[in-house]
Amino acid sequence: MRRARAEILSARRLGAFHSLTLVAPEIAERARPGQFVAIGMPEDRSFFLRRHFFIHQASKRGGWAGTLEIGFGRGGPGTEWLASRRAHGFLDVIGPLGKPFAYPRRLTNCFLVADGHGAAPLYFLGQELRSRGKRVDMLVGAPSLEEVFKPIEAKRLSQTVAFVTSDGSLGERGAVVDLLPEMLDRSGAEVLYAAGPRETLRSIADVCRARRLPAQVAVEERMGCGLGLCFTCVVPVIRKDGSGYDNLRACVEGPVLNPERIFWDRWAPVGKRSTPTPVEGFPVVREWPE
Amino acid sequence: MKATTAVDLNGLAFQSPVLVASGCFGTGKEVSGIVDPGKLGGVVTRTITALPRRGAPGPRVGETISGMLYCVGWQNPGVEAFLDEELPRLARPGLPIVVSVGGASLEEFVRVTGAVGRAPGVAALEVALGGPDEELGLEAFAARPERAAEVAGAVARLAPLPVFAKLPALVADLAETARACVRAGVHGLTLVDAVPAMAVDIDAMRPLLGGATGYLSGPAIRPIAVRAVYEVARVLPGVPIIGVGGVVTGRDAAEMMLAGAWAVQVGTAALVDPAAPVDIAQGLLAFLREKGLASPADLRGLLRTARGGGVG
Repeated sequence: MRRARAEILSARRLGAFHSLTLVAPEIAERARPGQFVAIGMPEDRSFFLRRHFFIHQASKRGGWAGTLEIGFGRGGPGTEWLASRRAHGFLDVIGPLGKPFAYPRRLTNCFLVADGHGAAPLYFLGQELRSRGKRVDMLVGAPSLEEVFKPIEAKRLSQTVAFVTSDGSLGERGAVVDLLPEMLDRSGAEVLYAAGPRETLRSIADVCRARRLPAQVAVEERMGCGLGLCFTCVVPVIRKDGSGYDNLRACVEGPVLNPERIFWDRWAPVGKRSTPTPVEGFPVVREWPE
Repeated sequence: MKATTAVDLNGLAFQSPVLVASGCFGTGKEVSGIVDPGKLGGVVTRTITALPRRGAPGPRVGETISGMLYCVGWQNPGVEAFLDEELPRLARPGLPIVVSVGGASLEEFVRVTGAVGRAPGVAALEVALGGPDEELGLEAFAARPERAAEVAGAVARLAPLPVFAKLPALVADLAETARACVRAGVHGLTLVDAVPAMAVDIDAMRPLLGGATGYLSGPAIRPIAVRAVYEVARVLPGVPIIGVGGVVTGRDAAEMMLAGAWAVQVGTAALVDPAAPVDIAQGLLAFLREKGLASPADLRGLLRTARGGGVG
């Protein structure tokens, strides 16, 4: 983890998204997919907690070496302030933070599901998987065409790609989980990676469990510091031995988690009911073995 | 004149008057690359209870204007795991550790104190009296002076260390509550605990926090903290007060000290920038030099009376 005063190399608008490319060699060279950066806000203190963004791209070689890119959509005043930044300004950046995605050693067919902002870390992951000789297929969902992050990038990275939007303005109309089972069959997926809102992740986790498909998900949880200090971004995670669960910090023990170990009935309950811990404990789940 | 940042709180010495407030330093390894712990005045741990606590439901954090709205619900591993795993990682020579003692009953405060009071590396205890009193069904232990004094006094008698009572600002009679705690034997006071607060996402028509209400910290509460320090310092001039609430710069720390604080703690600002307590101490030193003062203690008592005149 490093702290940098990073120059903004470019600030672009991409549909409903903003993209910032930052010069931060010490962070870029350490960055791995699934990790995030914490960006400082202006000094007038009107809103001052750091904002946290998945690393969308980190270039270690070539003309863009030492840069990293983040992409983000509409948000509160902090995000709006960031969206108004221009090239050659400076940002206070801490990163890379959090636990990254693990790559499969043996298995080769990787299936990536991105919903909304989740596309940002998954494209980075797709590129790293490709460079390791893995097959990458992708399913990308968003409310509308405008809100699909870099569709061309998804096409460039994947063997096959499908888009799904709530209004049908790009690809099929519906949600990612509607298309997921059929696409998994067609691509011969052996492992799955996903990022997006928790309700989407829950529906994806259900599909993976039914198919005994090993998976990793990157959670988006509201954070106070992003550094592991404040314990506000916790996710209920089942212990390895199934004896109960612990509230783990998404910023340190995550944001990449094994969906089999997330206590979904507590974190993303269906309906209004919050489920107590089962008296008999939890099933012991497989760790990421491949 | 050579200015120093060292302070002496009636026998409890800190090389810098700027400590990290409770729950803002993690478990000892998170920010190792960003701040040199050797330059901190000290660290107050997250609040420790007798048994492990999972804490409040999420979302646990939101932001309001100049404020951090949160409710962690004292998530902690319990005093035994704290002593076995967390404290050894936090403790290092030259870094005073203040353990924040929590509980839902008098008995729980006593149990935690009994376990941490003699642990190696602990310089002082801070009794978190802003939490709910489940025994008496009070919103906070600090809601009644006699109850605050009962709990703080029990901790003070049991611990062979200086004990600070941490009080919320908005109680019926803050000065009386503070006085009762001092009479019961505490060494000093930490003022103030975060302010009970709430915010609503009006589009979703839902509270910002999972537990609906929480606590406000950050620059938004600084004037509330300054007033609390001032009111208590006036009636208890010989009692060490640690001011906490919205301190972000050295000048903010100077304001707390002019109001009567002997030292300050930095919470929210340390979450944004873990090195903030070091920068704040430097800023305070620059302010002291500018005013020709030798130490932070010299600021106490320099506050002039409020300007008269105007309409009455």
